[in-house]
Amino acid sequence: MGPALLSAVPAVTAGSAGAIAAPPVDRIPAPAIDLVAVLPVLIVLGAACLAVVVEAALPRGRRFGVQVVLAVAAVLGAGIAAVVLGAQGHDVVTFAGAVSVDSATYVMWAGLLALSLVAVPLMADRVAEPGGAFVAQAAAVVGSGRDRRAAAVATPMQTEVFPLALFAIGGMLVFPAASDMLTLFVALEVLSLPLYLMCGLARRRRLISQEAAVKYFLIGAFTSAILLYGIALLYGYAGSVRFSDIAAAATGGAGSDLLLLVGIGLLVVGLLFKGSVGPFHLWTPDVYQGAPTPVTAFMAACTKFAAFAAMLRVLQVALEPMAWSWRPVLAVVAVISMAIGAVLGVAQNDMKRMLAYSSVAHAGFLLLGVMALTERGATATLFYLLTYGFATVGGFAVLTLVRRGGGEAPQLSDWAGMAKRSPALAAVMTIFLLSFAGIPLTSGFIGKVVVFTAAMDVGLGALVVIAMVATVVTAFFYLRIIVLMYFSEPKTDTVGAGMADGPVVVVPATVTLVVIGVCALLTVLLGIVPQPVLDVMSVHFPLLS
Amino acid sequence: MNGFPYLLILLLLPLAGAIVVAGMGGAAVRTVRLTAMAFAVLEFAFAVALWIDYRNFLTEGGGSNPFSATVSVEWIPSFGISFSLGVDGISLVMIALIGFLMPIVLGASWEERLPAGRTIGGYFALLLAMQCTMVGVFAATNVFLFYCFFEVMLIPMYFLIGYFGGPRRAYAATKFFLYSLLGGLLMLASVIGLYVASGQVLPSGTLDWAALRQIAGSIPESTQMWIFAGFAVAFAIKAPLVPLHTWLPDAGAEAPTGASTLLVTVLDKVGTFGFLRICLPLLPAASARLAWLFLLLALLGILYGAIVAAMQTDLKKFVTFTSIAHFGFIAMGVFVFTTQAMSGAVLYMLNHGIATGLLFIVVGMLIARGGSRQVADYGGVWKVAPLLGGVFLVATMATVALPGTNSFVSEFLVLIGAFARYPGWAIPATIGMIFAAVYMLWIFQRTMTGPVRGAAVVRPGQPAGPEGEVAVPAAATVPTGAGPTVAQVGPSADSGPSGAGLVAAAPAAVIDSGPDAHGPTRVRARFGDLTRREIAVVTPLVLAILFLGIYPKPVLDVINPTVTATMSSTGFSDPGTAVPAPNGGGK
Repeated sequence: MGPALLSAVPAVTAGSAGAIAAPPVDRIPAPAIDLVAVLPVLIVLGAACLAVVVEAALPRGRRFGVQVVLAVAAVLGAGIAAVVLGAQGHDVVTFAGAVSVDSATYVMWAGLLALSLVAVPLMADRVAEPGGAFVAQAAAVVGSGRDRRAAAVATPMQTEVFPLALFAIGGMLVFPAASDMLTLFVALEVLSLPLYLMCGLARRRRLISQEAAVKYFLIGAFTSAILLYGIALLYGYAGSVRFSDIAAAATGGAGSDLLLLVGIGLLVVGLLFKGSVGPFHLWTPDVYQGAPTPVTAFMAACTKFAAFAAMLRVLQVALEPMAWSWRPVLAVVAVISMAIGAVLGVAQNDMKRMLAYSSVAHAGFLLLGVMALTERGATATLFYLLTYGFATVGGFAVLTLVRRGGGEAPQLSDWAGMAKRSPALAAVMTIFLLSFAGIPLTSGFIGKVVVFTAAMDVGLGALVVIAMVATVVTAFFYLRIIVLMYFSEPKTDTVGAGMADGPVVVVPATVTLVVIGVCALLTVLLGIVPQPVLDVMSVHFPLLS
Repeated sequence: MNGFPYLLILLLLPLAGAIVVAGMGGAAVRTVRLTAMAFAVLEFAFAVALWIDYRNFLTEGGGSNPFSATVSVEWIPSFGISFSLGVDGISLVMIALIGFLMPIVLGASWEERLPAGRTIGGYFALLLAMQCTMVGVFAATNVFLFYCFFEVMLIPMYFLIGYFGGPRRAYAATKFFLYSLLGGLLMLASVIGLYVASGQVLPSGTLDWAALRQIAGSIPESTQMWIFAGFAVAFAIKAPLVPLHTWLPDAGAEAPTGASTLLVTVLDKVGTFGFLRICLPLLPAASARLAWLFLLLALLGILYGAIVAAMQTDLKKFVTFTSIAHFGFIAMGVFVFTTQAMSGAVLYMLNHGIATGLLFIVVGMLIARGGSRQVADYGGVWKVAPLLGGVFLVATMATVALPGTNSFVSEFLVLIGAFARYPGWAIPATIGMIFAAVYMLWIFQRTMTGPVRGAAVVRPGQPAGPEGEVAVPAAATVPTGAGPTVAQVGPSADSGPSGAGLVAAAPAAVIDSGPDAHGPTRVRARFGDLTRREIAVVTPLVLAILFLGIYPKPVLDVINPTVTATMSSTGFSDPGTAVPAPNGGGK
């Protein structure tokens, strides 16, 4: 399904473009296709199709192992392919100019797959929540007889989530590589649709999960329409959907500026929505809260990465000639995002909602790097996304371990005295929180330094200062958790017998343990020796198109 | 120059100590404490060695390099960041002060009463970790590295306050952290700004201090002002200068004695050190332009700190407010731009560390005995614990800057230097000295002299404990009217709670008639004189106060070359004929 979709779209666009330029011919010229360059995408989407077959063909008992191995192997293989191809410098624009694969693309792919590699195994945890975090029959009406029956049958683990995740990853890979607007849109839909579904899969608190899915779907569909409308206007302006053509038309200054400006506005809103940048963040807290925690981790790390990577390419390749028009607007958006994330985050009592608002604030910081439109800015943004992603996945993984009465215990008060109950867990969480707050010796600090340096380089000093103040406010709610974990007494029930109701820390499954360990290690390591990764992630401008 | 890696050892030794001590979970308390002390003493030995090494560096002329004992490793080269350490005269003095104070602080915290469930091992490990970051911040010669240590320093202190502190510890710790983080992040904006500004002068940006100093004059003044603003806010919060000081009294009061001693004596000096290390040499135009503001804040601090200190009812808050007044003098010395005043300011940083360190430790000992931080709960302590009272008197004298104590030399230098350029600032600051005498002697009078009272009074909410045994017919005669006073006096002071010579009764009468007047009523000792351990802890501080008061030359010899260099980079020269810094001190 995936590759077919990919090749079909550019064929159509190439055809329509050709129809205008040349006299009608019977045969549509086949576009040049470099399959090697897009190998990582092919691996992931191929594995996704295979996973669907596995889901249909294998007996229930054996699916889990096969699916997990398949998903991890696909992500790992694609990652290796991306790294190898990137090292070879296999840069090419292929699929008739619909997909551009250059050094930046390989960096984005490698980063995205690295984050997926820690986020996907988290979905395979069957210890914290016996039978996995996912519902037996997602389609069943909550509380209906069918739902109860399905829940009562102790299934080993529902495994639809793995093919869905692979499809989403495939879309995320194409998203930042897209070099024309239609590919961008198709990739956005390919990555979004599985995510809508995955949000509704939570085994516990089904209603809130389904609410999240519906909310995400409705707002997402609405934003897709806005994005598409923006694309249509830009096509009307430039007469082409290719990024480079739009840039050329804008440089030439032909056509109506109104079409161009409104088109840019609508297009950028669509991208900001996926990146959960305020004020387009309204879905974020509800979806983060309602989705199964491993899915939340996946979304927070990978979707954000894909969205900002795509934004980098679109702004740099297609909209750079118009930077004077959108940069001030994005500056305001960045400030609003930081303000919303920081201020509303302070008022949250739920860990997942708090992390959601924190992600909105971080999106504001990230915009500074995106707006710079420099090599250093792009490198910095990708590095920030990587560090933020690892800390986020780690943080959510820790969240799955603190439970109360079978479900997760996301209330802040449940974390009181965590350092006494589980010192290692509290220490690891502290590392992630300090990284979010940007304290030196954590990766988050280096991320902030490189992004803010890039922004300062192009004269965005005032925004940097605002970002610093916002960081202090976010630090307040990160600190609140540290205060709870270390300085408060554990919440003990008044009578000894009530311990069953109190929050407990479950012994993590090996996968979760490994994920948390890797994330914590990388968070510290990237904070102490960032240079090798910064070198590897350095992006060369101009981006191919 | 790249000889023995003193600084690397000075940096890593406390860190290793912290790890070892933290890892000794199950070991006996005594072993844990001795291990920590061994690391601290070893560190001090290396600090002394570094001092000797620096003296040699000076006699050899030093060449063009402003720093001795340099270590430099590339860290993030694409952003001009290297891991570079080095000492000049100012940082050497501060590193030596840390090395000197650390064993004393550990000794003073030997039997610290920590909140339930906390172990002394964790406490000492955090103190040692603190030492590592403080050495780092003084030794860093790359602005980025300086920033890193500046921020990381928050974490051990945050946990020292929040995990081991007093009743309002969570509040105080959070306030401390957020205040410092706000300053720190604004400073980060300035660090980045400095990097970008250097990139406009040099082919590629750098954050190396020596390179930045070369180009300090080339950065336009308007840019300098912005960069200066970020640094200045950070340092003014850390120092702290008056409108930004409100975190210090809370943090200092709630932190356990050892931690608050470090907080006030060393950690706060990072602020004034930052002015000297970063603002003046790297941003000379902005520093000169805004000097008036800092002189104003300094004067405000001197007067405000003194007045508020006099009003304090909490002993630890009192000490922090006296420090705020003293930081005003230091800031004034930095910003009047005369060699004398700047030497005085650096010397003040050292002397304040010693004098206030002693004051804090003595107050901590007092609080450990009385179980209360309230001034009103003490009275006539000198009669009960003469040694404690004596040491308190020495600390008082040093804080008042009486001639013969170390503080006098530095305060005098600052005021003389300030007078030479800005008499208008110096004269009101002199009033601060009078205020110091007022608040310090008043507190001495209230706690140490007069009738014995208060120390063992059972306050509401405190379990009655040993007082249950006391026959209390005299309760009505106790001045506070709240309960009996229990005191231990007499020759067996060192033996702790042995029970010998215990008295409990209406205080004045009993004390006057001596310990033997009362026979049978015996209670557990609450108010002994200094133990041998405590004497060992305070003796080096008392000796240092007297020695530096009489003969500050060794320290001034180390400080002066660096101060001269800093002065020359600010572009100011001393008004009139340059007055050589006095070598003899205040006799």
